[in-house]
Amino acid sequence: MNDEVILLDYWASPYGMRVKIALDEKGVDYECQAENLQNKSPLLLKSNPIHKTIPVLVHNGKPICESLIIVSYIDEVWHDKSPLLPSDPHQKSQALFWADYIDKKIYDVGRKVLWEKGEDQEMAKKESMEGMKKLEGELGNKRYFGGENLGFVDVALVPFTCWFYSIETRGNFSIEAECPKISSWAKRCVAERESIAKTLQDPHKLYDYYVKLNP
Amino acid sequence: MAKQQDELILLDFWASMFGMRVRIALAEKGIPYEYREEDLKNKSHLLLESNPVHKKIPVLIHNGKPVSESCIIVEYIDEVWKDKAPLLPSEPYAKAHARFWTDFIDKKLYQPGRNLYTTKGEELEASRKDFISCLKLLEGELGDKPYFGGESFGYLDISLIPFYSWFQAYETYGNFITEHESPKLIAWAKRCIQNKDSVSNTLPDLEKVLALFNK
Repeated sequence: MNDEVILLDYWASPYGMRVKIALDEKGVDYECQAENLQNKSPLLLKSNPIHKTIPVLVHNGKPICESLIIVSYIDEVWHDKSPLLPSDPHQKSQALFWADYIDKKIYDVGRKVLWEKGEDQEMAKKESMEGMKKLEGELGNKRYFGGENLGFVDVALVPFTCWFYSIETRGNFSIEAECPKISSWAKRCVAERESIAKTLQDPHKLYDYYVKLNP
Repeated sequence: MAKQQDELILLDFWASMFGMRVRIALAEKGIPYEYREEDLKNKSHLLLESNPVHKKIPVLIHNGKPVSESCIIVEYIDEVWKDKAPLLPSEPYAKAHARFWTDFIDKKLYQPGRNLYTTKGEELEASRKDFISCLKLLEGELGDKPYFGGESFGYLDISLIPFYSWFQAYETYGNFITEHESPKLIAWAKRCIQNKDSVSNTLPDLEKVLALFNK
């Protein structure tokens, strides 16, 4: 099959990292097109006219948008290798539930810690910690959120870990202290999965980039 | 999988458009279930136990196992009872497309709609503009198809049609007329009500929803 797979992405985006990890786990060859978010390419604007955001996966000319929808798509199309979602419907619904939780309570809230000030930031810090603790509980003593193998929820969350340093520094709190299991899990992901080790950005590089935008 | 003696309980609130999605999906599949009305000011023990993370309706409890988040519940129903009235397309790209637009409704339509009856002045103005532009985008997506799903009523139709029962409330507080702004959407909504018992039996009267505010 001569699939043409293009990923429109931005280096710092944890959403883009989700897609890269999924593609690598499945051994899919793809071309990565780095977008300049100040000057978006015609392909991006054509492929995602509604939101005009990355990541966008263009598969044989057809665009798929929204990172978790893209990861589900990748899981379905390249279903014979490294399944990410469980096949049991109830377990699948639980994985989708936690990925949705991560989007709403971890990513969205984490962004507020970085970009809000005053009371809004304080509230975001508190919510961020509560969210991480819930995930710590959900992970429990499992190797991965997916059980013995990397799964959909792991792929959804792990890119966020390279932004931990920025959030902890700006928010003045320690995720590792409060959530040791999540911390070990993050290290395990990088140590055991090449897809993750090569995709995650250096946390200090991200922090320097962030501080330039929001001193 | 679906057994002979499935126990299905739906924890819901009559006016919730998210709950309506689940009721329509269950009706489309002809699945019997027990409906339990929740008092959102005094949530039941079962609700708090079944959805401890968000404490929200709808929750579908299937043989004791809870599933939360309306889109996740509808996909679950579609998978478990897959031999009747398929809701999601089977082809991965079409499926991703339906999920994308449902995500759009949840992220871009719901909040501005809510703001129409909870805000005033400039914020209301801005929300009205947002809401109407979302309706127009949805109208563009519908095009000349009888349903969002094409010839058949499907997942995206189910995601949006419950909002129709809130249109009178939106119009009253937002001070606009949906039919003027998006006539094709109104025609689609009326078609759904006329042709689908699952919809006409589920959607509450528009006046009854409006009456929620006259307290």
